[in-house]
Amino acid sequence: MELFDNLLLGLSIAVTPVNLLYAFVGCVVGTLIGVLPGIGPVATIAMLLPITYGLEPVTALIMLAGIYYGASYGGSTTAILVNLPGEMSSVITVLDGHQMARQGRAGAALCVAALGSFLAGTVATMVIAAFAPPLAELALKFDAAEYFSLMVLGLVSAIALAHGSVLKAVLMTILGLLLGMVGTDVNSGMARFTFDRPELIDGIGFVAMTMGLFAFAEIAVNLERTAGPGVIADRISSLWITWKEFKQSFPAALRGTAVGTMLGILPGGGATLSAFASYTLEKKLAKDPSRFGRGAIEGVAGPESANNAGAQISFVPMLTLGIPSNAVMALMVGALIIHDIQPGPQIMTKTPELFWGLIASMWVGNAILVILNLPLIGLWVKLLSVPYRILYPLILLCCSIGAFSANNNMFDVWVAIGFGFLGYIFLKLGCEPAPLLLGYILGPMLEENLRRALVLSRGDYTVFFTRPISATMLLMALGLLILMIMPTIRAKRETVFQES
Amino acid sequence: MQLIRNPRDFYAGLLFVAFGIAALVIAQSYPVGTASRMGPGYFPRILGILLVALGALQSLIGMRGRAGFPLQWHWRPLFILLASVALFILLTSWLGLIVAALVLVFIASAASAEFRWREALIAGAVQGVAAATLFVYALGLPLPVWPPFFGG
Repeated sequence: MELFDNLLLGLSIAVTPVNLLYAFVGCVVGTLIGVLPGIGPVATIAMLLPITYGLEPVTALIMLAGIYYGASYGGSTTAILVNLPGEMSSVITVLDGHQMARQGRAGAALCVAALGSFLAGTVATMVIAAFAPPLAELALKFDAAEYFSLMVLGLVSAIALAHGSVLKAVLMTILGLLLGMVGTDVNSGMARFTFDRPELIDGIGFVAMTMGLFAFAEIAVNLERTAGPGVIADRISSLWITWKEFKQSFPAALRGTAVGTMLGILPGGGATLSAFASYTLEKKLAKDPSRFGRGAIEGVAGPESANNAGAQISFVPMLTLGIPSNAVMALMVGALIIHDIQPGPQIMTKTPELFWGLIASMWVGNAILVILNLPLIGLWVKLLSVPYRILYPLILLCCSIGAFSANNNMFDVWVAIGFGFLGYIFLKLGCEPAPLLLGYILGPMLEENLRRALVLSRGDYTVFFTRPISATMLLMALGLLILMIMPTIRAKRETVFQES
Repeated sequence: MQLIRNPRDFYAGLLFVAFGIAALVIAQSYPVGTASRMGPGYFPRILGILLVALGALQSLIGMRGRAGFPLQWHWRPLFILLASVALFILLTSWLGLIVAALVLVFIASAASAEFRWREALIAGAVQGVAAATLFVYALGLPLPVWPPFFGG
């Protein structure tokens, strides 16, 4: 079977000592920042990106991916024990997970969250292995017009699923596309928007921009809130769950996995949306919905499985089409480009060891996380007693050095300061920074494909509508936009995000 | 009646209009070309026009739409943070990483309402030494650790 051959190839790469070590490091760092509120995977991955320059590309990706799914494990620990989501994806776990902890069942909640995530991770690995190759094959038939339309669809769906105002997300995306134009134009060799600075010839420093928008600005906003998290959970009694709890949570975990697998593939989807959808589903299916919000174990098992499945499946569009579906995947594309690997369908054929090694490492990483989380939970909880006033200067220092190390240049640190200032204003005005980052990554690709498609059609814009695949994707994008503007849907979308 | 009902929306719109105009002004000198032979100015110009148009729409919504919360700026923590990083940049080449890191941590700590100067000083010193060990000695970043006049 080709599927198993591929997975075996991947496993043989994932379990080499070096890759195992970096998967472990990634999982530990991910859990750490997941447990700590106030620093997310985006800033962390950007911070550690320069450190991966010296590594093999597959090793670098394995570590960065470990941070991503490790953070969603760690985030649920904080959600359950402290009534505070460590990450966005565990917002929903707070509802029932913390109630369980209050009733003295913290151990059971943590156990279900970890095992549910592991189950989801295992299934998601299989699904990726089965469905990524045909998707990549389809993508190989794509021409410039199809790629352009696919990117438009990707950006539009990322906007649809972003939090807050649709129009602001659109504007942030366009601004991101424009920022992506900075630097030398590949076709004419002309320097655009560089203000005659040699440092900007290769474009705005990607790491520096992310640091400013996601770390500096976040810290400034966090410092405005005076009251920090102070509640620390009681001792955790037993990590085992009863037979009855198992019977309640196992089907919920399976359903959550299915939901996450389906929603994770959507651009802009991934972990958070999957968790919300799964919680809604469990509540609808329950015989007694009033138990939810009062410590229903299904309300932990479902969303926790869903967010992990969603997080992992969101690698599919990035690896097969080269299109990032969220900010973390945008960083992964950045990492690939830094390592001179062009993201897209050819990854699987040109560098199969990278593709399958990464996929297999996700399963290995999930196993590491279960081992790491259940026995060591007490250690992670202790971390929460480190006050924010000690933590944020450390984050700031690491980010400043990280921004420097991207190009060994202090100019990038000034760029980070600039984007920190801008990012604060954006956050205050209710503009999410994630769409900007997506636009920035896709900007050059979007322009290049638009240009190529129009060269082939001799300037005829109808080419995007006469080619069937391209037309379908554009119509889907248009339909999504119309749906979002319709008042009833808009009201519903707002209530969904209000709950967070 | 209030002129601006939702300041968040209104000023966000203005900000994007400003970005759009800036892009259009800078891109003025870039050749546009035609659709079949796009110049470097073609795509940026589309984006700039979109930003101006949609940004203006956003501002209009801010004036006419639903009322929103008033905006509250807290510039002090932000400026302290950014100033500490700026000082870090300037001091690193002059006094070395350890001193610069100490200054960054100490000043950044002052942005918090719970600032304790002794604690911040100790944290800064520890983090300065740790940063030098990790980033310069272990990872080989080309940064001076000590002030140059120490012969370091």
